[in-house]
Amino acid sequence: MLGLLARRLAFTVPMLVVVSFCVFSLIVLVPGDPAVALAGENPDPEQIAAVRERLGLDDPFLVQFWHWFSGVLQGDLGQSLFSSQSVAAAVFSRLPATLSLALLSLAVALVLGVAVGVLAAMRPGTWIDRVATFAASLGVAVPYFWVGMILVLLFAINLTIFPAVGYVPLTENPLQWFLHLFLPATALGLAPAAVIARQTRAGMTGVLREDYVRTATAKGLPPARVVGQHALKNAAVPVVTAFGLEASRLIGGTVVIEQLFALPGLGNLAYTSVFARDFPMVQGVLLVVAALVLLINLLVDLSYGYFNPRIRQS
Amino acid sequence: MTTTAPAATPPPAAPPSSAPAPGPDRPGFWRRFRDNRPAFVALVVLAVLVLASLAAPLIAPYAPEAIDVPRRLSLSTPDHWLGTDSLGRDTFTRLLYAGRVSLMAAALAVAIATAVGVPLGLLAGYVGGKVDWLLGRAGDVLMTFPAIILAIAIIAATGPGLQNAMVALGIVYAPRLFRVTRAATLQVRAETYVEASISIGTPAWKIIARRVLPNVASPVLVQVSVMLAAALLAEAALSLLGLGVVPPTASWGVMLGSGFKEIRSTPLLVFWPGVAIAVATLSFNLIGDGLRDALGRRIRKAAP
Amino acid sequence: MSAPATTSTLLGVSDLRVEFATDHGWSTVVAGTTFSVGEHEIVGLVGESGSGKTVTGLSVLGLLPRGVGRVASGSVTLGGRDLLGLSERELRSVRGNEVAMVFQEPMTSLNPAFRIGDQIAETVRLHRGGSRRAARDRAVEVLDLVGIPHARRRADDYPHEFSGGMRQRAMIAMAVSCEPSLLIADEPTTALDVTIQAQVLELLASMQAELGMSVLLVTHDLGVVAEVCERVVVMYAGQVVEQADVGELFDHPRHPYTEGLLAAMPQLGSRGHRLPSIPGRTPEPWAMPPGCRFAPRCEYALPACEEPPPLLTTRPDHLSRCLRHDELTLRGAR
Repeated sequence: MLGLLARRLAFTVPMLVVVSFCVFSLIVLVPGDPAVALAGENPDPEQIAAVRERLGLDDPFLVQFWHWFSGVLQGDLGQSLFSSQSVAAAVFSRLPATLSLALLSLAVALVLGVAVGVLAAMRPGTWIDRVATFAASLGVAVPYFWVGMILVLLFAINLTIFPAVGYVPLTENPLQWFLHLFLPATALGLAPAAVIARQTRAGMTGVLREDYVRTATAKGLPPARVVGQHALKNAAVPVVTAFGLEASRLIGGTVVIEQLFALPGLGNLAYTSVFARDFPMVQGVLLVVAALVLLINLLVDLSYGYFNPRIRQS
Repeated sequence: MTTTAPAATPPPAAPPSSAPAPGPDRPGFWRRFRDNRPAFVALVVLAVLVLASLAAPLIAPYAPEAIDVPRRLSLSTPDHWLGTDSLGRDTFTRLLYAGRVSLMAAALAVAIATAVGVPLGLLAGYVGGKVDWLLGRAGDVLMTFPAIILAIAIIAATGPGLQNAMVALGIVYAPRLFRVTRAATLQVRAETYVEASISIGTPAWKIIARRVLPNVASPVLVQVSVMLAAALLAEAALSLLGLGVVPPTASWGVMLGSGFKEIRSTPLLVFWPGVAIAVATLSFNLIGDGLRDALGRRIRKAAP
Repeated sequence: MSAPATTSTLLGVSDLRVEFATDHGWSTVVAGTTFSVGEHEIVGLVGESGSGKTVTGLSVLGLLPRGVGRVASGSVTLGGRDLLGLSERELRSVRGNEVAMVFQEPMTSLNPAFRIGDQIAETVRLHRGGSRRAARDRAVEVLDLVGIPHARRRADDYPHEFSGGMRQRAMIAMAVSCEPSLLIADEPTTALDVTIQAQVLELLASMQAELGMSVLLVTHDLGVVAEVCERVVVMYAGQVVEQADVGELFDHPRHPYTEGLLAAMPQLGSRGHRLPSIPGRTPEPWAMPPGCRFAPRCEYALPACEEPPPLLTTRPDHLSRCLRHDELTLRGAR
């Protein structure tokens, strides 16, 4: 397992460096003189000079990158162009809301997706299977942000069961935290749930026909353990792969959902920073998000070792 | 379905009433696709959507920007089938015009992704070695960013607007087409008849054009179809946020965004554009599934 | 019970009828099978593929694939208790505990995602409770019993680290871990190399002697039967066609099908000769001959064989489903 970890880290760490470089390089896409473009509307020469100074735009590109990157290594993501706030402080103050939303959505996706997929695989060809397959096709296609709007309409406006907007930190009030995140997490989790359900059904249909599943039944294990333990662990690798890909997509979706539900997360920060053209802030969000995705990929890769012992030893 | 006849070249544009497909053992591509009911229905639905959008000026009852304040936020009426928005603009009319923008935007993003991803995939798969490694890692890096967030960051640099948004999406999607193309190229490259061609000195471009491209086409087509669905969703999301299509031009995403502001009074305003997006996305996905089944598991030997 | 058991009966299968869903509707694949396994007895259940022998074995523990196979009628008793009437929950306490199974494919019958020791310990804990530690010790103990060297260390291995023969040993270890009264072994040696086959058979026999259990050995190979069994039940096309002690059956078969099986058995020293085989093939379940099911392939068939023959007692402890069992002189094993 340690060998696997070392091998994966040897891939992840260089990736982080390259990803950082890409994030920083985005500034070359700014048309014209970045200092002028980024200094806000109708800037006076002083503001432009301040931006130029702040971003070190007169230095050669690689030197600029090195300044920024050495800061990043020490946890300094730079300074907002328009407020005195440090990017790192802003990003980390927004992280809890986004992580809460993402984790809750992923839980919805995993629990719902695996449950539906397993049920469908256990009774192939029956009405359960057909309903599940149809729901999965629909779930992949229906836009998550639209689902969010419909959920607001049904459960926040018409039925007033859940609040429509806002966020309460987990540390403050766990129940309110959950109630506020329930609708956005459901909206965001349904599409990945559909993908995971498809993948689970496909994997489990094959695994349930395997001899070792019959062995498990012949041992006297109850069906829940035969399916949930013996079969599921063998069907897990493609499911986890899908889960990893969906997790990345889901993190992208938080931007829109946070906007709809007025959640003070990273997506919201990115959104406001884009309109303010606060470029260092956008870079900071992008870098943290990419690091999150790399972390998820690393965990997914490591989980292969758990699910398939052969990978661990190769 | 695994019995492989020397498959006839699929006529992708053949009309539905075409004669029974050629090839005695394996029905032709079109026949196989048509026999897949969901995919075929999806194709028809999509064709209707595209035609209706293209013909918007002919069939729309109003002008897309025609404001009618007294009848603002109306529900379904004989005059306004699907109601009106906060400025009294006809929802049905705007859906048709918005469809043009949304579908075109998705097509543009996927076209860019194809133009970038496919040639590089061919190159990486055919040449291999360091080029392949470098391009592959570049793809890995791009894939590390969630599509929407990278698009937003690119828009942060270039400024909002449909074109910028779609170029951004195209770049973000390119690695997926790159991977598909590369994998298919590698597969063909390893075939004995290709090795033989290379050994007798056939120029690379000839081999790529005659042997590789025909085999790469199928997986790329499947991927393009699925990607159109994703691009449509992403465009809607960006426009919803005000980073894509800028009002007063309507796209389905723009309509959703402005409709959401009126959700308490007129929920219908978010209902219809959502349905339009869902129907189009579902169609692209089902067509993709149908293509995969109809084209799948078959290495087509290109005509000599 | 038409076969008086020499010892007290442990497993009694009586008039068992099993149906499978086919393209032709529900087809009968086991048609009124009756036989028994006595305490401490090793019985061979022999037949070609499609004879219904494996299905019979699976029916005992209610392991027929759901929605595909079903027991239509008959009874299966274990120590006098009706197994077919048991609830799913009651049946689970029989599986792996009172009756254990070993399957044909050792390469795929162990779960590749779990350690071998854990898979055995799981069975032990399921039926006997106790601590993880105790279950694990028991797993090591039975692995040692079946002859896995360094059992304590190898218990931590995954199935892919075991060879085929060792996996089948591990399967046997798992099966005997709760000291079942009956072990059903379905073609336990078919997938193994010849030398390993002999070792595994020897192991089965020694386990049986050591633990005092009964064994129902399902196989297509009369050679395997000759090696370890005391009594043989021969099945053909879903029916029992002959039943006798091993020596009796090998020396004096009373059914033409058994004669064919014996002739097709490879013999030491008969190398180079082409083994005779029975012409034709087992009929499909939906196209059974109306009379004797073997008649279309039988060189001794008469017009009278158009009528279905009953299972007849030809001598004490020897049953045959052949009208001509008394008049034919059939060749036994050479």
